[in-house]
Amino acid sequence: MRTTVISESSNGALHPITAQLVGAASSLGGTITVICPGGVGSSDAAHISGVTKVISVEGDCFETYDCLAWSKSLSPLVEGDLILSSSSAIGRELISSIAASKGIPVVQDVITLTDGFSVTRTIYSGKAIEEVSISPPCAISLRANSFESAGEGGSAETTTVDVRQEVSIAVKQALARASERLDVSEADIIISGGRGMGDPANFTHLNEVADVLGAAVGASRAAVDTWDEIPHSMQVGQTGKTVTPNLYIAVGISGAIQHLAGMRSSKFILAINKDPEAPIFGVADYGIVSTWEDALPVLKDHLAELLSN
Amino acid sequence: MGVAVLLKQVPDTTAKIGISGGRVDESSITKWSISPYDEYALENAIKLKESGHGDVVAITCGPARAAKCLTEAAAVGADRLIHILTESSFDSIQVQSLLSAAVKESGCDVVMCGKQAADTNSGSTGPGLASSLGFSCVGGVTGVSIDGGVASATRLGPSGLEEVEVGVPCIFTFDKGDSELRRPNVRGIMMAKKKPIDSLTPDDLGVDASNSRVSIKSHSSPPEKQPGQKFVGSESVPEVVNKLRGEANVI
Repeated sequence: MRTTVISESSNGALHPITAQLVGAASSLGGTITVICPGGVGSSDAAHISGVTKVISVEGDCFETYDCLAWSKSLSPLVEGDLILSSSSAIGRELISSIAASKGIPVVQDVITLTDGFSVTRTIYSGKAIEEVSISPPCAISLRANSFESAGEGGSAETTTVDVRQEVSIAVKQALARASERLDVSEADIIISGGRGMGDPANFTHLNEVADVLGAAVGASRAAVDTWDEIPHSMQVGQTGKTVTPNLYIAVGISGAIQHLAGMRSSKFILAINKDPEAPIFGVADYGIVSTWEDALPVLKDHLAELLSN
Repeated sequence: MGVAVLLKQVPDTTAKIGISGGRVDESSITKWSISPYDEYALENAIKLKESGHGDVVAITCGPARAAKCLTEAAAVGADRLIHILTESSFDSIQVQSLLSAAVKESGCDVVMCGKQAADTNSGSTGPGLASSLGFSCVGGVTGVSIDGGVASATRLGPSGLEEVEVGVPCIFTFDKGDSELRRPNVRGIMMAKKKPIDSLTPDDLGVDASNSRVSIKSHSSPPEKQPGQKFVGSESVPEVVNKLRGEANVI
């Protein structure tokens, strides 16, 4: 068994999901090569336990994200029976492109992986679970926080490969900086607001609770569709993101079927809604019938107190 | 010249998904629609046509029922309709081979599709197809314009929202943007009903339908949640916070 892991980076450093990809690969046995696009985080990757080899791929083409150019640079270095990546937007694109260039199938956003390969993933944004078998060689992207991270303590040899690849995409203008906030698809804890928040400005109250918890802030489709200030990148549910955090806090969200699909697999769900009949209470482990105006200040204060102890 | 737009027919996002005999029960799905992100691709393809970038060729891959989304595309302005008739489930490489053959046949130098479909939620088709065609690929875009062989697109990139330039041929995968989706008028609907659909089989396109390397073993419903504990009033918040740590162990 030979696995190649495409590492994930964010803000110029190795993203923690890379250790989860290695953890999943380790459970299958065999050798694990980690490929670092642009060389980002290659020394940290070498310290992940279980890694056999790190290939730091460097070149000017990695200064701008260009899916085809990156894939052409990485593809010749990818070997083995299994290619793994994160199911982030870039992870999905890259692995699709690399798989296509090798003529092998790709299965995305997998949540369990067993030898052979049998994998499970959610379909219809969580309304159903699909189990598929894939014959190697193949490519699989894994959902964040679904696999145990490999620990530290590795000392893999690192090879640096310089590539020259023509880039066809040029950034002309930055229109808005990426949010400093954690993305909902990567977070352990998410607090989401719905149209019940009344006004997009009231999302600052969710941000305050999120800051206490280190949580990401999400939104329902109704909130995103109603208010221009709430970007689609925050949307949880079908046509948005499917999430499986340890804790999902839904505030002022009634629980439309397409929202429930995207968050019902969260480990624990806390719902705060003033309507005792709201469907969100049907999937909540803890439900509080209250307005957000009453509940959020108390929630913030008690969380802050508990977490400071 | 020309824009190919790839449309996938999926259960409407409001539909409940029933499972029967370990498989999704398609007969329980009451409404089928064009996958939402593909609708943004279609809207932007029509806009590009209006700005003079040739005809719009709508392409779908799926069983007989999928023809409906081509007719819907024609009603808002698609000029040519191609239906690749498939009955069984195909792996990503097979789908890309079929679409690659159809796009080559269409002669289009710009391809638009959703960033992922609302059924599988995968997002493999756009970048995979780009790789097999040798086209550039810009993912997660919300708008595209073309001037003299160079396209400008707005995309959500790793460092935020940015305007990028890219040469054609290129594939754009669409995110939900602020484009208003046009609705067909009566004349459009009437004309669309008469518009011929070119039906092609995998055989016609030289793709072997029998050797999918991904096979579905089972479908199941997500585990039902047990009814949880319900509290009334904000005075219960401290108790619930304590339970989040003591019982649930999540904070």
